[in-house]
Amino acid sequence: MNMRMNGKPNLLPFKTDCGKPLRVVLSSVSSDSHTWNLVFLQLYLEYFGHFVVNLGACVPDEEVITTCLREQPDLLVVSTVNGHGYIDGERLIKRVRTAPLLTSLASVIGGKLGIYGEGNSTYVDQLLQAGYDAVFEDSRGLDQFNRYLRALSIKKGQALAEDKTATTVMATTTFHEMYELHRAY
Amino acid sequence: MNFTARIRKSGGITVQPRMGFSRCEEMQRGLQAVRECDAYTVGTITVDSFTRQNQYQQAECALANDKPLNGFPIVTYGAARTREMIRELQTEHFPIQVRHGSAKPFDILSVVKTAGIDATEGGPISYCLPYSRVPLKESIYEWQRSCEMLSDDGRSSHTVHLETFGGCLLGQLCPPSLLIAVSILEAIFFIRHGVYDVSLSYAQQTSLIQDTAAVTVLRQLAGKYLRDVDWHVVVYTYMGVYPNTPGGVTRLLAESVLLAKLTGSERLIVKTEVEARRIPGIQENVESLEFANKHFQKAGMENFELSSYWRTTIMAEADAIIQAVLNLHHDLPTALALAFRKGVMDIPFCLHPDNGGLARCTIDDCGFLCWAEVGNLPVENKRPMTTGGKINPFEFLKMLSFMADRFDNQSLRQGP
Repeated sequence: MNMRMNGKPNLLPFKTDCGKPLRVVLSSVSSDSHTWNLVFLQLYLEYFGHFVVNLGACVPDEEVITTCLREQPDLLVVSTVNGHGYIDGERLIKRVRTAPLLTSLASVIGGKLGIYGEGNSTYVDQLLQAGYDAVFEDSRGLDQFNRYLRALSIKKGQALAEDKTATTVMATTTFHEMYELHRAY
Repeated sequence: MNFTARIRKSGGITVQPRMGFSRCEEMQRGLQAVRECDAYTVGTITVDSFTRQNQYQQAECALANDKPLNGFPIVTYGAARTREMIRELQTEHFPIQVRHGSAKPFDILSVVKTAGIDATEGGPISYCLPYSRVPLKESIYEWQRSCEMLSDDGRSSHTVHLETFGGCLLGQLCPPSLLIAVSILEAIFFIRHGVYDVSLSYAQQTSLIQDTAAVTVLRQLAGKYLRDVDWHVVVYTYMGVYPNTPGGVTRLLAESVLLAKLTGSERLIVKTEVEARRIPGIQENVESLEFANKHFQKAGMENFELSSYWRTTIMAEADAIIQAVLNLHHDLPTALALAFRKGVMDIPFCLHPDNGGLARCTIDDCGFLCWAEVGNLPVENKRPMTTGGKINPFEFLKMLSFMADRFDNQSLRQGP
């Protein structure tokens, strides 16, 4: 269920020699109906040259798993802001990890993960333990997310080093630098 | 006396929070505090998101393990317990509304009806496309059943008021004409299925000038399409990305109060100072409600001229959409489903599979919401996108936080 962009993905404005485009499955959790976070993340990931399958709102756990098995992504991104992330997100990743082919799939979660604002940081360890490779709490998590993406895409680039034909992606700057740069422009 | 008549009796504005807690005792304390506010108020019971997705077992499990939910799990508690909770609270002067956000609300609304709660809200489009992955046809069918269940069948003395959520959709970045069209069409849907006491919503958007014109058009179209029923208008304080500074929040709330006053809207649903960060508590809600009421009393209406440009434009677009939908089929549920299939209605940035996904909205240089792509909507595209449908994520983020930035900046410049 991708937002239609007249058939054309967002084009990359410039390129660097580090990193390869990632295939990303982007999803909410089963009880979360918010989608602005997903729309933004799709545009954001596409802007950096990655390919996105956006599952939209209220995605049942099974659908995340079957999509990951079908798409074989490099990364699963779970984004949730309704405050139930600490329950739904935990259950989801435990189930994802039970699928033999998904035990080592790079998986991250971010957003507003509980109902307590600043107090939500208490859920980070719990979610890491449940099986996520990284947890990005609230908007400050975007810079960390960007660094994570960059590292993962470089890793993929190194793994595919012999393949000179693959497109490269931009992965050089932090989110806030980009945002400010863009604003000034 | 029905809900609308009771709201009108206040003569001024009735204010209402968004409020929901998992525990009965806290929910009760919240309602009590709202009732005691220095203002005409309606109490709100917001349902948690497990319940709105019909995941009752999840809600029950969380309750049993003492995990806090983001609202009141009304189905898990059931009608008897809910009725008991509001028994001392809901009166002729203090109505209560259940806000639920469910695309398949039959179970929730059965509890609402059986527990004798005065009012509820939603709609077959507005709670399906933006907030769920339930197929539109399924949601329409469920809402049909629900309305018929709620309707005054002559056997019970209790009628439930129904408010459409159509004036909100995704909360931001939707041009006013589509918000109005969905609001009116959902109200017609309620009436055709037996609910005769309705309210029409409109969520504050990016410009007071455009919004006053929009609510004026909403009232005119309600007069045209909703004959012989009781209706009133409810304004929602901004539903998009919220300011972070207390001064920014207060200014945004004050502007929504002014919108309600300028347009003669009967009810206002407020937000609180902590909205950008977390789910508000009782005291924060009380402060917002009392501020809104006070500001309503003193806000000046001088020197405000209704924009005839926006009034004409929004009227033409909204009525064109309503007419086009009604002309698709004599059976309204069929017409609504067809409308989305053909793109006669198309919600910008909505990811639901049944939404066309061709329409785009933008904020122009003067802060007005405009169409950027119209797809198959029966409206004119006055400023088509120059980027071939591509959207820059940073531009997009600027639009998403347009109001937050505007009001935070004002507050930083001028002090709180």
